[in-house]
Amino acid sequence: MMKIIVCTKQVPATNEVKMDPVTNTIIREGVEAICNPFDTYAVEEALRIKEKQGAHITAISMGIPTVAPMLKEVVALGVDEAVLLTDRKFAGADTLATAYTLAKGIGKIGDFDLVICGKQATDGDTAQVGPSLAETLSIPHLTDVGEIKELNSKTIVCRRMTDDGYDELEMDLPCLITVTKEINTPRLPSILGIKKAQKYKVHKFNANICEENDIHIGLSGSPTQVVKTFIPTSAVECQFLKIKALADKLRELSNIEEEGN
Amino acid sequence: MTEIRIDRNLCNGCGQCIEACPFGAIRLDSEDRAEILDNCTFCCSCVDACPQNAIEIEADPVVKTVNLEDYSGIWVFAEHKDGQLRQVVYELLGEARKLAEDHHIPRVTAFLVGSDAKTFAPLLIGYGADRVLSVPLIAEHDGNEEAVCAAAAPIISKYHPEIILIGATAFGRSCAPRLASRLKTGLTADCTALAIDKESGLLRQTRPAFGGNLMATIICPNHRPQMATVRPHVFKPAAFDGKRQGEVLTEEISPLQHLAVRLLKTIKNPEGAINISDAEIIVTAGKGMGGAKNIPLVEELAALLGGAVGSTRPLVDAGIMPYNKQIGQTGKTVGPKIYLACGVSGAIQHLAGMSSAETIIAINNDPDAPIFSIAHYGIVADAPDTVRELIALLK
Repeated sequence: MMKIIVCTKQVPATNEVKMDPVTNTIIREGVEAICNPFDTYAVEEALRIKEKQGAHITAISMGIPTVAPMLKEVVALGVDEAVLLTDRKFAGADTLATAYTLAKGIGKIGDFDLVICGKQATDGDTAQVGPSLAETLSIPHLTDVGEIKELNSKTIVCRRMTDDGYDELEMDLPCLITVTKEINTPRLPSILGIKKAQKYKVHKFNANICEENDIHIGLSGSPTQVVKTFIPTSAVECQFLKIKALADKLRELSNIEEEGN
Repeated sequence: MTEIRIDRNLCNGCGQCIEACPFGAIRLDSEDRAEILDNCTFCCSCVDACPQNAIEIEADPVVKTVNLEDYSGIWVFAEHKDGQLRQVVYELLGEARKLAEDHHIPRVTAFLVGSDAKTFAPLLIGYGADRVLSVPLIAEHDGNEEAVCAAAAPIISKYHPEIILIGATAFGRSCAPRLASRLKTGLTADCTALAIDKESGLLRQTRPAFGGNLMATIICPNHRPQMATVRPHVFKPAAFDGKRQGEVLTEEISPLQHLAVRLLKTIKNPEGAINISDAEIIVTAGKGMGGAKNIPLVEELAALLGGAVGSTRPLVDAGIMPYNKQIGQTGKTVGPKIYLACGVSGAIQHLAGMSSAETIIAINNDPDAPIFSIAHYGIVADAPDTVRELIALLK
């Protein structure tokens, strides 16, 4: 049977992120933590493969212990096993260290045929962990997959979005794909699923999956460092125009364009 | 292991660290002293924000994997497709030139990987490269992440560039993380500002996160090369100078015997349709355009202006517009010169995908629509009627 790994991340529910007008900071209080929206498409695609041709699905996530309920939610949807990589030693990981840690976790889970990730997480927006994980696992990858056209025990055929349109590609298994929202519409859990998940115990792996004093995890395994964060300020004052003035403005702006080239 | 500590004698419970923390990972404990929670990512925002200097981060001693002195010069990855360089390559060359000249960096190299690579050399030199280094591939390996990484990694290891800039195109964002992981170095995604620190000489890479709500400046102090993907349309290309001189080098590599990923078919956007990632002008339809019947109006206006058509998420979810036109956090990120938003309210997820546009023009019948808070020009009016009138005026 095909073995699928789905990578998930817990992120703040960004549509509830509001700016405090006084302090100009992001209000985080009461912001719900959710499964990264793109990862819900990854989970759904794994479930569809399972329904169509049979598969064993393991969801994996790296995060703080409170991420476990999110993993139970994906178990409620039909995922077979869930693994949480959680240890203070993993904290502060950039995309390279995250990919390394996920690869270690996947190594502990065992053999797999296909890894499915969301295109990117909505908090960091890097879209780097998928390809980086593929490299760390020494398997090929495709990003921005909007459709799986064929999948057998040896190869997968995918359609991916490019800057100029779409490509259809064939890839050898085992491999990794990152998926966009185009691929499916995620389901809601069933009552039965929720009941099953309530009893389910999420597997927790700590830093013992790595070697002792492994320098490739957490902050020490992260080549990049955030040195400053700031709230972007928009100093723009909207100038309201009449339609004629707007037409002139558009003509002027698009003409400058043509001369510039 | 990295530790973050609060000096309880110095902390006075002012709470400035709580405001500064982008992750909500600090709270005041029962004695009104700051307490760091488990979801801290050691981003250090609180360390800088604390007026009492009460927060201290103790990191593990850094294991220097490379001799930083051995690395020099800026490389620009010259992505090309179908015999044309990506527009972002010219922009990166312009920015690399500026960084090199301001900081006495010896050389800007355009790094070409591909079958018809050599033909681009005069263009690359004219737009700012001092050297063009090309690695030929067989034609079937063009644009294949695996083949490009296999060709690029050994050459990068041989030449030791200090900085590599890659366009944040679909291919760049797929290939760069793979390459950076192979080189075991850091990579910053989708940067919108670059600078070189005067004292340390490090590349300061600034990028939006949290859907554009937060900007983060990132460095890569102990690993080389320092790698970044850079958002298209953020930087300006330098003017072409046909008289510029440059060196052209070729490095041969033995091609991969077997590719694990094979291209079967390419489906291009329809002829004449400008792709929104490259477009200089984008006309975007939102819910305020009144549904499918008025989309032809937006298309006509875009055609008149020589631009591409974009969409907000609700129209894509309703099946009115295709996903590859969706702009925003769960769609594409664009940075055109002119962004004309028609009946777009400006939800924060949409703004995340277009706020780096040079000039933003908004048409919306709600004067309080958030889109006006980032627009340079606006009209408060019914969007379909206004678009119709604009077409008449521009014809």
